[in-house]
Amino acid sequence: MSSTDSAADQRIAYMDGDSALPRLNGELVFEAPWEGRAFGLAVALTDQGACEWEDFRAGLIAEIADAPSAPSDQADVPSAYYERWLAALARLAVSEGLVSQDELDLRTGEYASGEREDDHW
Amino acid sequence: MSGEHEGEHHPSPEPYAALRTRALESLLVEKGLIASDVIDEIVRTFEQDIGPLNGAKVVARAWVDPEYHRRLLEHGTEAIADMGYQGAQGADIVVLENTPTVHNVVVCTLCSCYPWPVLGLPPAWYKSEAYRSRTVIEPRAVLREFGLELDESVEVRVWDSSADVRYMVLPERPTGTESLSEAELVELVTRDSMIGVAKAGSPAVVA
Repeated sequence: MSSTDSAADQRIAYMDGDSALPRLNGELVFEAPWEGRAFGLAVALTDQGACEWEDFRAGLIAEIADAPSAPSDQADVPSAYYERWLAALARLAVSEGLVSQDELDLRTGEYASGEREDDHW
Repeated sequence: MSGEHEGEHHPSPEPYAALRTRALESLLVEKGLIASDVIDEIVRTFEQDIGPLNGAKVVARAWVDPEYHRRLLEHGTEAIADMGYQGAQGADIVVLENTPTVHNVVVCTLCSCYPWPVLGLPPAWYKSEAYRSRTVIEPRAVLREFGLELDESVEVRVWDSSADVRYMVLPERPTGTESLSEAELVELVTRDSMIGVAKAGSPAVVA
């Protein structure tokens, strides 16, 4: 039940000083930049009243419950959790009318094709 | 293979979720619903400022200050806010005291509710299907896997977090720590001890 040790984890574990990654919980807070952005988006939208945290939470519960149960060796992949988080957030943004499904799909495609780039993160 | 020249697009190597997140963020920014620097700030705060150290300070204060101890158990959210930690998305934080006869452990069976202001973001295992489902069914077995063997006489109480209430455990003060200062006690309080899957460290263990 502990987090898995990969070679990459081992390398990160020995990084210190200025190169140290945030490990306040004894492990990385976010495994990839997009996870932090997805997390921050949900907090920012609810902080600013664009949507209700409780609605987001209900959507997250539904996404987690609906996700096909992964094989036991993949069940604890951290990114899977934030993928569900993102799915819940996108669904809520569409249902609240903040963005449309079409423009979200179109924009995703533009980033995928390289037509649009963004190195803000 | 096509040659490279100006204006040609190269497919992004990023995973779909990253592209989707970029798409959602850029649209929300364009519509004026959020500002990118607000998200920068939230991410930075959770990565660098908010972590289990906040909770450890709350626990150490409760260990040395009987009046704070009493208030923490009676009005957790307020007592924690007094230390400057707040913002649990509107949820109350209830503090559960572990004693020689009662051991509390916290889970969120439905998602991953967690007392962010005092513990930061949850560890990967807290979000796992295994922990969320098994802790309620067989808490002693789960605790044993974390290396925590409890006597059969100890009552184990499992607390399922909800939208309204998020739980934090006040671990037992380790024996032999009577002479330690509050700051020294903070060092003994681990994240896992505040979730209830471990006990607070003893001075010899936390070298």
